[in-house]
Amino acid sequence: MSAQDFLLELRSEEIPARMQEKARADLAALFEARLQALNLPFERIESYATPRRLALIVRGVAEMTAAASEERKGPRADAPAQAIEGFLRSTGLSREQLVERDDGKGNKVLFAVIDRPGIVAGSVLASAITGAITAFPWPKSMRWGAASSSTESQRWVRPLQGIIALLGDKLVPVEIAGVKSASVTVGHRFHHPGGITIGSAADYIEKLRACHVIVDGAERRNIIALGAKMAAQKAGLTLIEDDGLLYENAGLTEWPMPLLGRFDEAFLDVPPEVIQLTARVNQKYFVCRDSAGKLANAFVCVANIDAADGGEKIVEGNQKVLAARLSDARFFYETDLKTRLEDLTPKLEKIVFHEKLGTVADKVDRVAKLARWLAEQGVVKADPDQAERAARLAKADLVTGMVGEFPELQGLMGGYYAAAQGEPAAVAEAIRDHYKPVGQGDEVPTAPVTVAVALADKLDSITAFFGVDLKPSGSKDPFALRRSALGVIALILDNGLRFPLAQSVSKDVLDFFADRLKVQQKEAGVRHDLIDAVFALGGEDDLVRLLARVKALQSFVTSEDGRNLLAGYKRAANILKKETWAPGEVADNEIYEAEPAEAALREALDIAEPKAEAAVEAEDYEAAMAALASLRAPIDKFFDDVTVVDPDEFKREMRLSLLARIRDAVNNVADFSKIEG
Amino acid sequence: MAEPLSFQRMILTLHDYWADKGCVILQPYDMRMGAGTFHPATTLRALGPEPWNAAFVQPCRRPTDGRYGENPNRLQHYYQYQVILKPSPSDLQNLYLGSLAAIGIDFTKHDIRFVEDDWESPTLGAWGLGWEVWCDGMEVTQFTYFQQMGGFDCKPVAGELTYGLERLAMYIQNVDSVYDLAFNDQGVTYGDVFLENEKQMSKYNFEVADTETLFEGFRKAVAECENCLANNVPIAAYEQAIEASHLFNLLQARGVISVAERQAYIGRVRDLAKGSCEAWIAHMTPTWQAKYPEWTV
Repeated sequence: MSAQDFLLELRSEEIPARMQEKARADLAALFEARLQALNLPFERIESYATPRRLALIVRGVAEMTAAASEERKGPRADAPAQAIEGFLRSTGLSREQLVERDDGKGNKVLFAVIDRPGIVAGSVLASAITGAITAFPWPKSMRWGAASSSTESQRWVRPLQGIIALLGDKLVPVEIAGVKSASVTVGHRFHHPGGITIGSAADYIEKLRACHVIVDGAERRNIIALGAKMAAQKAGLTLIEDDGLLYENAGLTEWPMPLLGRFDEAFLDVPPEVIQLTARVNQKYFVCRDSAGKLANAFVCVANIDAADGGEKIVEGNQKVLAARLSDARFFYETDLKTRLEDLTPKLEKIVFHEKLGTVADKVDRVAKLARWLAEQGVVKADPDQAERAARLAKADLVTGMVGEFPELQGLMGGYYAAAQGEPAAVAEAIRDHYKPVGQGDEVPTAPVTVAVALADKLDSITAFFGVDLKPSGSKDPFALRRSALGVIALILDNGLRFPLAQSVSKDVLDFFADRLKVQQKEAGVRHDLIDAVFALGGEDDLVRLLARVKALQSFVTSEDGRNLLAGYKRAANILKKETWAPGEVADNEIYEAEPAEAALREALDIAEPKAEAAVEAEDYEAAMAALASLRAPIDKFFDDVTVVDPDEFKREMRLSLLARIRDAVNNVADFSKIEG
Repeated sequence: MAEPLSFQRMILTLHDYWADKGCVILQPYDMRMGAGTFHPATTLRALGPEPWNAAFVQPCRRPTDGRYGENPNRLQHYYQYQVILKPSPSDLQNLYLGSLAAIGIDFTKHDIRFVEDDWESPTLGAWGLGWEVWCDGMEVTQFTYFQQMGGFDCKPVAGELTYGLERLAMYIQNVDSVYDLAFNDQGVTYGDVFLENEKQMSKYNFEVADTETLFEGFRKAVAECENCLANNVPIAAYEQAIEASHLFNLLQARGVISVAERQAYIGRVRDLAKGSCEAWIAHMTPTWQAKYPEWTV
């Protein structure tokens, strides 16, 4: 018995670039699951994707599945005929094939012994192929050809053209959608259009390479990355790297050839972001920087052919296409520049923001008022007039030609147009950046006017949607309010804004922010129990203060003092809980004299309590923690020397009340009962 | 390469090529429409079980794309070359590439790519999967496997090729302006034929067309479509859907349809197109089932 490699190639018309990587992983996962379910051992699975093929190699496939034998106990031999018939039906055996055995109590019982011989790998693989193709999770699939007279016909991402299925050098026969497995495939569409016979998994990759097909997407990406970089370098430029483009171009080529082209320098008057986007989105080109770091009048396209003329015609053609695209972009840009942003705002009255929340013009009005208020209240140290002005113009670019063409340029174009019409730099910048931060890791604005508009825009969306009861729930967040909330949190925290949220938003919005903050802090690696310990205090709507407390707590509980204090706290809290202690009146015992450790702890508390309280008041949480830390030694000594639960009721009461003071002093800073460890 | 083909020679070459492949060569439909797909030879014939192979040039009108003859790449009136093959043949990609070779594209020097582009026509209630075909980065053809038309499954699926003739010709003739294209081999340019037309029609579309007349025309087309449907003449009904669609495009160019109204108009046209397709299927089903007993809607 020797293991062999299995090769599968599913050849089709061009698979969309964006689907290839996932398809490759899906094919491997489907195969792995099926082979495991069918008990066919193998070593490992490799998978590949090009525009025209998905391929899979299963290494070390066993010759067959392991044989198995199963015994099933049936009814007694003298059971009613009906019961025996039922058993026969369920096992698929006849009465003669059953075995009678004594059950040790003198009864004869029927047994079915079912032998399952091993199944040869070929037939297991054939069923796995059919199963994988039938169950394949393409994001979009289609019918084709004569078979599509039925809507039940086999679907695939694009018409399936060929199947190679080879175990070792033997064909695994399957037929799907009228395509029979074979050992023949095709090479590059133009370099090698004829058939290629594949011997086995061992020669698949190299035979295709000889026919101008690089099967491995990672290798194609490397070729493109390196080739594009070199092409730029040769022209004295630096390539602007772009991973998305790398994947996309590798998904559009079987034999990638990066080529450098140029465009007219005059186009550089158009904002560089526009040029880059035009090149990237419409043409899938990389762009380059010159030695001064500025966008250069060059691009790198990736052809799928090693052209007979070295690519001269290809570059010429691509240059023309880009020139036409850039002319369009320049046309939009120049046309847009002819209209002042404030003259565009009436058009916003015609765009519905949300059916329950009016038009974009209505939103702009709300945001402008809020931005002014934030500035006037001093939440943001911005000029109120500038904040309002920026907010009033911030959405105008939505109705410009350029943003109509490239929606992702919203904000950015508004910034350019505002600067061009002579708005103050702070206003133009605020228009440009008011959508930020978009998602985690995005730059958080710090310029005051920008902060005011960005904050107002997001707060308005959240409060407006909450106001009409369109809150996010579960996985549904159609208006991206969670992202907006994270944006608000980042704007407040990064800029240290003192903004008591409770004054401006409703209770449910405040809870929503608290939730988001928890999630955000957890993702940032802050221990969730520390977050809970601070949130449990309640009544805090100042995010800056909230977080300062979490931070101080984090550094405290990881210090030795902190750990010991926590241990002492827990001991105190446990005793109090066990004794179900509550402050009460106990007759004074004149002769009671505190033990030294007890007196020392009381003294320490007398000093630490007001200190910690004052520090909390002053929002100096480090100092509050330090004050608590001073309790650590007296607490340890107290527990070592003093019996808390003294038979004397008065002593017990005095000592328990001391423990209660420890607990309360600590809880005033954070709810330590939430802290683990 | 020999002398590049003139515009008309390119069309004649495509006609010859697809005629040889068994296509019926049709003439343009005599109505104003936004795309060759609107031609009943595509829309209606994509439905039903009968094989259908046709090729034709269809003039297309996109009022909002007018540029008064000043943009070398944009026209409010241009030509599409349409090929529809039902059921889609298994070697459709190669057949298509053969047509590019026939009009003079050398695959050893040019970069041909099939780039994902799923096609959808909201006004026809139709969609399909396929690609835009790139030649050196320029889209020269829309290549689609129709999955649904008028809201109905295509059974079987048809393959549709839509060549942008002006672009392709500009490419082959290596000119930068559409108006410089050689229309024939005797010195007549595309500009000689169409420049004045673009100027006047752009002005008409954007400035002159009487919006009241257009609105009225739209209403009448809707009513007439319903009249035709009531009287079981689906082809005539479909013509009114084409008419309504074009009038809507003109209204758009005149800038009198608000964003909110836009969807409602598109929905209206889609209902007409879908209604016509539905009536067409109902009308033809007995004939189809007589020949293809297995076939159902």
